[in-house]
Amino acid sequence: MDNYTFPDASGHYGPYGGRFVAETLIPALDELNQAYQEAQSDPEFRAELHSELRQFVGRPNPLYHAERISRMLGGAQIYLKREDLNHTGAHKINNAVGQALLARRMGKKRIIAETGAGQHGVATATVATRYGMECLVYMGEEDIQRQSSNVFRMRLLGAEVAAVTSGTRTLKDALNEALRDWVTHVDNTFYVIGTVAGPHPYPAMVRDFHRVIGDEARAQCLELTGRLPDVCIACVGGGSNAIGLFYPFINDQSVRLIGVEAGGLGLSTGQHAAPLTTGRPGVLHGNRTYLMEDEDGQILPTHSISAGLDYPGVGPEHAYLKDIGRAEYVAATDQEALQAFHQLCRTEGIIPALETSHALAHAFALAPTMRSDQTIIVNLSGRGDKDIHTVAALEGIHL
Amino acid sequence: MSRLATMFADLQQENKAALIPFITAGDPSLTVTVDLMHTLVASGADAIELGMPFSDPMADGPSIQRASERALARGVKLRMVLEWVREFRRSNQHTPVILMGYLNPLEAMGMATFAELAAEAGVDAVIIVDLTPEEARHESALLKARGIDPVFLLAPTSGAARVQTVKALGSGFVYYVSLRGTTGAAQSNWEEVLGRVRDLRQELAMPVAIGFGIRDAETVARVAQGADAVVVGSALVEILADCTDDQAALLAASNFLQDLAAATVKNRSAS
Repeated sequence: MDNYTFPDASGHYGPYGGRFVAETLIPALDELNQAYQEAQSDPEFRAELHSELRQFVGRPNPLYHAERISRMLGGAQIYLKREDLNHTGAHKINNAVGQALLARRMGKKRIIAETGAGQHGVATATVATRYGMECLVYMGEEDIQRQSSNVFRMRLLGAEVAAVTSGTRTLKDALNEALRDWVTHVDNTFYVIGTVAGPHPYPAMVRDFHRVIGDEARAQCLELTGRLPDVCIACVGGGSNAIGLFYPFINDQSVRLIGVEAGGLGLSTGQHAAPLTTGRPGVLHGNRTYLMEDEDGQILPTHSISAGLDYPGVGPEHAYLKDIGRAEYVAATDQEALQAFHQLCRTEGIIPALETSHALAHAFALAPTMRSDQTIIVNLSGRGDKDIHTVAALEGIHL
Repeated sequence: MSRLATMFADLQQENKAALIPFITAGDPSLTVTVDLMHTLVASGADAIELGMPFSDPMADGPSIQRASERALARGVKLRMVLEWVREFRRSNQHTPVILMGYLNPLEAMGMATFAELAAEAGVDAVIIVDLTPEEARHESALLKARGIDPVFLLAPTSGAARVQTVKALGSGFVYYVSLRGTTGAAQSNWEEVLGRVRDLRQELAMPVAIGFGIRDAETVARVAQGADAVVVGSALVEILADCTDDQAALLAASNFLQDLAAATVKNRSAS
């Protein structure tokens, strides 16, 4: 692969992507696509985005050589791309800033978002306040319970959080509800989708706002090690942090790209959220991609210890990268993720998000099989402060 | 001539709009759907829109979402829905049946298989809410090859180019979504809707049904003046949801529909 140009003009990545939404939204997607294309080629917009990422988000963040754990594992050198050090504590803010600036440019006063773990909701609430816009975040009732501190953060930031009680009461249902809101208020509302899913142009636009992760990591790796990494690893729910890291490396044939899905209680149990590893292509939330569905095409409930990975679909670009063999997708179980979570806490003094811990689990397993002059970049997509209640509860500790 | 074309031609003679009630297959029970279809016809339905339940009905409001969830919980599958249509057809050869649903369950069956089985069962038209015309070339052809009309939606936000795309790909009729919103929401500006539909009927040279936000006889009477068909969904689904047994459901549906059926006559001046 040396000339990767996806998506095509109609938003397809091979057979994946596209637009599968209610008719009412099509003109809004056209308007968004046009506004996005114009913004992208407008030096003023690019300068403003760059400035916001520097001054408000705190970019560039470091590519940190995790020497202690690399030494302990006795293999490849592990470098952590510190998205957890961004304002609001995760990569999600890159995209939220980009889309909010776009919303402002389009004259939209009201923004809505869906959220699973709450990181995207917090990021969106943050930028809405920063740019003086009204903000409503849809969140599944079950996620509201397991991520209560993020709910409170969103409310502190002035956003309204709406509990979604339909379906499985998790991220997928929050997305349905946000789409319903958008269809109803399409004239004045901007829908800030938090992952690389949804109808075109969202998967491409969200990727482009996150590619700063990979662009920085690539330059930093060259600077620090004098060469490209051997492997890039990221967790994959919808897949935004992974595509942000992978995208600038797609044409670098020598770099292995590995996405780690949520293996939940184990792939054989069915209690997981690993559509790329176990699912099949279908259509959900506006795009064609790999899905967890039953034989009748009904979307299956998912399970993951991390709310942010608890999603039955995945961005269409990942589906395509899997099919063409450019990226590999594996799964890490809840237990493996938890173990990696503790391991990073105790060796490097970094508390990672449970989502991120899935990527770490695979990196820690892979590193010992590699030489010590080889390099793995792991996208440390978010910090774990939001997860301490979950982890404590698993250990029988009530905070 | 197809059942749908015959229906529209007959109603034009009678100077009436078609009344199309929507029910979700398998709700309020697994045993009631076929009887409910017959009862709706006996109470004045000109065609039946039958919802194929999906786990993630993103274009539907709460009433139809819940009906879908209940139906799926009872074990409704696409093959059962088609079987119910086949059973209905054994004693009704003239009333068009329009299936409404989302793409993924149809793809899971395989679109070619679905088109074949649906045609055999006696389905006349299919509305796939999340299949936009841009993505529908293949599906549209498969349905048409089996004599099934692929019905597309147009919305208040749809521009001129989309009207032409729908005209080229769709057949049978076009479903005009009266409002920016999901099923069951309230529409307040019917003048605007009827004005838009008047233009659309010219541009499309196809019958236009209006749906979303039509809940009572008064609105049916108003919408009937400018539309070829009136679809009533959420209001009926809500009434059925409250019924405790099949007999109650049939009675409630009959009462509700008779009221509406009396309201579909067009004023001479408006037609």
